Amino acid sequence: MAGWTTHNGKAVALPRANVDTDQVIPARFMSASRAEGYGGYLFADLRDGDPDFPLDRHPDASVLVAGPNFGCGSSREAAVYALVDAGIRVVVAESFADIFAGNAVNNGLLPAAIPDAGAILDALGDGTASARVDLDGGTLTIDGKTYAFDLPKIWREKLVNGWDDIDLTRAHADAIAAYRKTRAKTASWAWPDGAS
Amino acid sequence: MSVTMLDKLWDAHEILTNDEGASLLWVDRHLVHEGSHHAFAKLAERDLPVAAPELTFGVADHYAPTRHRDHVDNADVAKMLDRLSRNTDAHGIRLFGLRDPRQGIVHVIGPEQGITLPGLLINCGDSHTSTHGAFGALAFGIGATQVAHVLATQTIWQTRPRSMRITVEGALPKGVTAKDIALHWIAKLGTGGATGHAVEYAGSTIRALSMEGRMTLCNLSIEGGARFGMVAPDDTTFAYLDGRPFAPKDDAWDAAVQDWRALASDAGADFDREVRIDAGDIAPTVTWGTTPEQALPITGTVPDPDSFDGARVKAAREALDYMDLVPGQKLSDIAVDQVFLGSCTNARIEDLRAAAAILKGRRAKVPGIVSPGSMLVRAQAEREGLDRIFTDAGLDWVASGCSMCVGMNGDTVPAGNRCASSTNRNFRGRQGRGARTHIMSPVMVAAAAVTGHLTDAREFL
Ligand code: SF4
Repeated sequence: MAGWTTHNGKAVALPRANVDTDQVIPARFMSASRAEGYGGYLFADLRDGDPDFPLDRHPDASVLVAGPNFGCGSSREAAVYALVDAGIRVVVAESFADIFAGNAVNNGLLPAAIPDAGAILDALGDGTASARVDLDGGTLTIDGKTYAFDLPKIWREKLVNGWDDIDLTRAHADAIAAYRKTRAKTASWAWPDGAS
Repeated sequence: MSVTMLDKLWDAHEILTNDEGASLLWVDRHLVHEGSHHAFAKLAERDLPVAAPELTFGVADHYAPTRHRDHVDNADVAKMLDRLSRNTDAHGIRLFGLRDPRQGIVHVIGPEQGITLPGLLINCGDSHTSTHGAFGALAFGIGATQVAHVLATQTIWQTRPRSMRITVEGALPKGVTAKDIALHWIAKLGTGGATGHAVEYAGSTIRALSMEGRMTLCNLSIEGGARFGMVAPDDTTFAYLDGRPFAPKDDAWDAAVQDWRALASDAGADFDREVRIDAGDIAPTVTWGTTPEQALPITGTVPDPDSFDGARVKAAREALDYMDLVPGQKLSDIAVDQVFLGSCTNARIEDLRAAAAILKGRRAKVPGIVSPGSMLVRAQAEREGLDRIFTDAGLDWVASGCSMCVGMNGDTVPAGNRCASSTNRNFRGRQGRGARTHIMSPVMVAAAAVTGHLTDAREFL
C-alpha cells in the first residue's frame, strides 16, 4: 500500500449520525473477493431510490464529512474497501467507532476525528468545497478554514509510510518466540487440551 | 499497587511496546469464520503459513443454512462455506463445519467447547468477540487486515484502551434480564458512550448472573462502543468450564483455576470512568429506532424527536420514518409481523428455556424462527422437549447459525415487515432490506409472539 502525506480533493457532506457499517455496505455483498472491487456497493441501500444521494450528486468527491460515531457496528473491513474503492481517501466526523478507525488506517483511509465536524457539515450543506489534508500537521483545511484532528502517532506513521504490519512484526520474531516459550512454561493451561 | 483486570490481562500478553505507544500482544485463541476469506487471501498473496494452527479454530456460522443442510442451493452460500473449509484444510486448522454436530455460532461454541477460558487473549474477525470477555478474557473484534496479521504472526498490535467499570447492584426485578441491563446502559450513554474503553461489569447483580447472562451482557458491549466487555472469573465461571472438551484437565485445571482467581481487579483499583446502575431501575426494554441506544422500557411511548439534543433530533426523526412509528404511540401497541429467537446474543439454552416457559401451551399469533446458538444447544433443547413447545406454538425450529441476525444465509425479514428479535442490532436493513427490527430479550420475543404486538413479558410471568 502506498503511503501519503497530503491530499487535495473535493469534500461532500453525509449529514447522518451513527452511520453503521451495515449501511456502508449491506451484508449481502460481502462474499465478493477484493479483486472484484467493492466501490459499487458503497451505501447501496441508502442510495437506492434516493436520486439526491450526496455521492451521486458529486461522484468525484474524495473527502466524506459525516455525523458522529461513524462506522459503528460490524467489524467488516469491507466497509473500508467500499469507501476506498469508490475513491474516498478521508472521512471526517466528530467521532469514529474504534474497529472501523483501525480498519481504515490499515487501508490508507484517514479517519479524521474533528470535534467541530458539525460546523463543517452545516457549511457544506448540499454543496461541495475544496479540501486539503496534511497528515504531518494533522490539519484539514476546508474552504479556507483550518481544523486540527487528533491522530495517534502510530496511525500517522502507518498512513504516511504505507506500512504493512506483518513485515514490521516479523522483524520481532525473536521476541515473539521468547515470549511464547515463557508463556508455555508459566501458563501451560493456555494451550487447548487435546481432547475430542 | 492496585491493578485492574484489564491491566493484568494486558501486561500478561504484552511482548513489547513500540515508540508510538502501541503494544504487541500474544494471541491465545484466534477464531475464524466464512468472513475471514479476505485474510486468507492476503496470506496466500504473500505465501505465508499460519503461525499457530493449533491455536486457531474455524467455524461455519455466518452463511450456515438453517434448513436443508444436505445440499446447499444458494451458490453464494456454497462458495463461502467451501472457501472456509479449503482455507482451514490448507493450513491444518480445526474446523467446526456445517455437518459437525458441534457446529454453531462462533461466540456460542467457543465457550461451549472450553476453547474460551479466563486469562486468554481471544481475537476473531467479528465485533461481538467481546462476548468471550464474560470469562475474564481479553477478547476483542478485529478487521480483515488484522485477522491476516494474527494468522501470520499469532500476535496483534493494539493501543491500551481506557478502563471503565459499570457496577450494577441489587436484585433484578422479575422479567428483567441481562439483555435489559445492556439496553438500559446503552440507552443512557449512547452507542458511542464507551468508545475507546474496555468495560468491566461488576457488582452484586453481575455476580448473580449465570454465564449465559454474562455473555449476553459482554456481547452487547460493542453496541455501546466498547470493543471489550469483561467480568471477573469466579466459581460460576469455573463450574461452567469444568470438563469442557478443550479446557485444561486434572493438575492443569487446578493450576489454571489458581491463576484465574488472581485476575479480578484489585480492591481500590482506579478506573478512568465509573458508572453505577441500580438493578431496581431497569425494566424490560425494547428498541423503537434504528440504533441500540434508541431503546425504552416497554411501558413507555414512542418519543418525540424534538425531546432529544443535537444530532439525535434528526437521527430520531429518520428512525421513526424508517420504522413507520409516530411519537406518543404506546410501545406495547406496536404490532409485529414475525419474531426471531436466535443469535450469539440470546440463543443459549437458558434463553430458549425462558422463552419456552412463556410459549408453553400457547399459540403464536405471528410466524417466527427459533435458531439455537449451536447444534449442541439444539440437542439439549430437544432432550428437554423445548423444540415441541416452539413447534406446537407454531414457530419454526431450525438449525444453528447467524441466520436472521444478519441474513447472509438467506433467512431475511421481508421489506416493510416488523420483527421482534432477540438479536443485537436494529440497524436499517440489518435483517434484510427495508426490514424493521425491534430488539429485546428472549422472554419479550416470546410474549410478542403470543400477542402479535410488543408486550410486557411480565404479564406472562
Ligand atoms: S449471530 Fe449475528 S451478531 Fe452474532 S456473530 Fe452472527 S451475525 Fe454477528
